Amino acid sequence: MTTKFREGANPMNTKWSRWKTIWTCAFLLIAIVLCDARAASALPTGKVMAIPAFARKYGLPCSACHTAWPELNNFGQVFRDNGYQLMNDRDSPIWQNPAYFPITFRITPNWHRETTTNQALDSGNGTLTQAGFDLSGMDLWSAGTLYKNISFVLLPSSDPTAVWHFEAAFIRFDNLKGSPWLNLRFGRFEMDNLISEKRFLFLSANGGLYQIYHFNVPGSINNFGYGDNQIGVELAGHSANSYTRYSVAVLSSNEGGVNFTTDVVPGAPPSNRSYDVNLAFSQAFNAPGAPGESGFGLERIGAFAYIGQRPTNFLTEGGTPLVGINNKPFYRIGFAGDLSYKNFELLPLFMYGHDNPYFGIPGLASTQPLPPGAQAPTFYGGFLEAHYYFNPQNVALARFEQVNVGQQAFSNITTGSGSNGNITAVTVGYRWYPIMFSRAGVALDGEFSRVRTIGEQPLGGISSGPVAADPTAATWSNSIFFGIDFDF
Amino acid sequence: MTLKKFAVTFALGSIALLSAGARVSTAQSHVNSPDPLLGTPSVATETSQVNGLTGHAEEGKHEYRRFCIGCHGPDGNGQGMNAQWIDPQPRDFTEATFKCRSTPTGTLPTDEDLFNAITRGFVTTNMPSWRPLNPQQRADLVAFIKTWSPRWAKEKPGAVLNIPPETAITIESILHGRELFQKLECWKCHGPEGHADGPSASTLTDSKGNPIKPFNFSTGERFMCGDSNRDLYRIFMTGLDGSPMPSFADVIQPNDAWDLVHFLRTLQVALPNQELTLWQSYKAAHGKDLKPIGPDSAGGAQ
Repeated sequence: MTTKFREGANPMNTKWSRWKTIWTCAFLLIAIVLCDARAASALPTGKVMAIPAFARKYGLPCSACHTAWPELNNFGQVFRDNGYQLMNDRDSPIWQNPAYFPITFRITPNWHRETTTNQALDSGNGTLTQAGFDLSGMDLWSAGTLYKNISFVLLPSSDPTAVWHFEAAFIRFDNLKGSPWLNLRFGRFEMDNLISEKRFLFLSANGGLYQIYHFNVPGSINNFGYGDNQIGVELAGHSANSYTRYSVAVLSSNEGGVNFTTDVVPGAPPSNRSYDVNLAFSQAFNAPGAPGESGFGLERIGAFAYIGQRPTNFLTEGGTPLVGINNKPFYRIGFAGDLSYKNFELLPLFMYGHDNPYFGIPGLASTQPLPPGAQAPTFYGGFLEAHYYFNPQNVALARFEQVNVGQQAFSNITTGSGSNGNITAVTVGYRWYPIMFSRAGVALDGEFSRVRTIGEQPLGGISSGPVAADPTAATWSNSIFFGIDFDF
Repeated sequence: MTLKKFAVTFALGSIALLSAGARVSTAQSHVNSPDPLLGTPSVATETSQVNGLTGHAEEGKHEYRRFCIGCHGPDGNGQGMNAQWIDPQPRDFTEATFKCRSTPTGTLPTDEDLFNAITRGFVTTNMPSWRPLNPQQRADLVAFIKTWSPRWAKEKPGAVLNIPPETAITIESILHGRELFQKLECWKCHGPEGHADGPSASTLTDSKGNPIKPFNFSTGERFMCGDSNRDLYRIFMTGLDGSPMPSFADVIQPNDAWDLVHFLRTLQVALPNQELTLWQSYKAAHGKDLKPIGPDSAGGAQ
C-alpha cells in the first residue's frame, strides 16, 4: 500500500488524540440521534421508502430491489438479470417521459479515524494515526434500456480527488431467442459474484473491501483481484425467478485494464495478449419452516472458478515494457452462499488461489528453468458476513475474514514467519436509511473495522510504505467511520 | 490484543448485536403493533391459505412495507407517494374491490386470486410480477392485504366460477361470438374492431371516478388477468370489479361465452392465434357478406 497519511514531525499526543476521537464520535452520534431520528420519522414523505434511476422509472421504493441498498434482494436480482426490465409492457424507453434521464450519483461525506501499528517512521517505529472529515469517491451511474431487451450500464467513477475512470461500461443483449437463459454482455463489468463487493454495505477504509477478493501471496507478480471489474464478453442466463443462474465470461488477461494496460488509470503497466475465463453458477431454494409457519426464506449457494494467465516478462523497447509475453496460468476457485433465516442473513465465502511458480520470482521469464526450491504460491480463506434487518431501514452488520498463505513461492522467502501475509479482519457496522424514497436515498453509516496482517501492510487503512517496520510482527490497522451515504 | 481475544470479542459482540436485533424485531412483529411507517389495519389479524401454504399477516406486514408501500401507501388505500405518478392508480385495499377474481361480481376474491395477481402482476400497469418473492412471502402478503378492509372479517369469498371445457374452435363459434359482441354492445367501449375506440370509450371512469380506457385488442397487449382462453372466459363472466367492465354471467350461457372468447381472439391481430387464422381465411372468402359491427347492425352474416 502506498503512503496515504504521514505523521508529522510533531506527532500528536496519543492520549489527547484518543479523547478527541471519543468526543468527535460522541458528538456525531448524538447529532445523528437527536436530529435525524425525530426529523426522519416526522418527514411527511418519510412514510415511504430507492437506485433512484430505476425507482424513478418504475415508481418502486428502493427496498423493493434491495435488502438494504446497494445490496440486491432476489426481486432486484431478477430485475438486473432481465436487463433492468420488469418484463411488463413498459420497459422500452419509448414509454418514458422525455424528461426522464437514468442517472444516479452517489457520494459519502464522512468522518473517519485510521490507525496502524508497526510502521517505519522517521521518528522511529510506531503507530500511525490520522483522523478527520473526508469525502468518499463518487459514482455517476447511468443504466437502463436502450430498447426492449437491450440494456446498458455506464458508470464513471472518481476517487475523492475527482480523478475519473470507467468503473463499468457495457451493453447487454437480453433474452436472446426469447429465452432468459441467453444473455450476452460486452464491455467492462463486475463478474457474476454471488457476493458482490460492488454492492456491499461497508464503507470504511479497512472494512470497505473483501480482503480475499484482492489478495495475492506476498512476492507474487500476479495483480489479479477477484473483486475487480474485468473487461470482456459474458454469456449468462437464469431461470424465470433467477433461482438458477450461470455465467461464462471470456475476459482480457489485463485485470480490467483499458488501452492495453493493466489498469484503468494512466501510466499503468502494459498487458499481455491472452484471455481469461470466469465460470459462475448458483442455485437458490426456499427453506421451509415448521408446518403452519412461514419459512426461513430464500437460500442461495454457488460456486465459481477463474482461470487466467499473466505474463512472466515483456517485450521491451529501450528497456520499457511494451507487451507481456511468456504467460503462465493461475486460478481461483471457491464457493459462496447467501443464507437467510427470516430477517437474519448470512454470507459465507471460501476461496482457494493458486499461482504458477514463476509468479513468485519476479523477472524470471518462463522460458528459463525454475530455481531449486521454487513452488507455486497458494492461499486460501474467506469470510463470514452477517446482516440483521430490523426493518427495511435499519440493518446491523458484522464480518469476519481470514486469509492464509498456503505456500510461499520459496519456503525460505519469508523473514522467518510461516504465516507471512496472513490476514485476519473483523468489521461491525450499522446502517440506517432515514430516507428511502423513489427519488433519492440517504443512509447513515457507522463502522468499526480491525485488520491484523503478518509481515505485510493492510490492504486498506493507512500505512507508511510497502512493508511493515517489523515484518515478523503483527500489524494492526483500525478504522472508525461515520458517513452520510446518499444517492439521487 | 491477541488473535484469540480478538476473535472471542468479535463473536460475543456479534451475538449481542444480533440478539438485540432479534428482540427488537420480535417486539415489532405483531400486525397491530405501532409502526411509524404503517397505518392501523381494519382487521386485527388474518391468514391466507394458498396451495397448502398458510400466509401470516404479521409476516406479510414486513413484505408490504418493503415492496408495496410506495404505491399502495402506508394505509393500504392506494395513496402511496408514487400514486400521483401512476396511471392506472394503485389498488385501494380498504375497499376490498379487485378486478381479477374467480368469484362472482361484488364478492370477495379467493386467497388464490390475490396470490395469482401478485404472482402475475399486471402487464399494462406499474404493478410488476412478484414471482421473485417466494410462495410463502406471497401468501403472507395476501394475508396482510386482507387486514386493510373490514369486509374480510364479515364476508366470505364468493363461490369459484365453474369453467366448463372449451368448445371447439369453429367458424360457426366465431360467427356466433361476433353476434354476441354486437348484441351485448361490447363494441360501444372496445370499438367495432377492438381498437378501444367505441362511442362510450372516452366517457369511462372507474369506481373512484378516474378516467379509464377499455382494453385495446389490436395492439398485442396481454390481458391483465391472464393470457389463456380460460382467463378470458373468466374475465367477462366475473367482470372486472371497480371498472366499467360488467359481469355477463347472468346474461349468457357457457357455450355462448366460449363463442365470444373465440371471436375476441380474432380481434387480436398482432398476436397470431388459431381463431385469427380461421377467421382471416373465412373473411377472405366471405368478407363482403359480413355486416359491419356497430349501431343498427345484427353483427353476423347478412
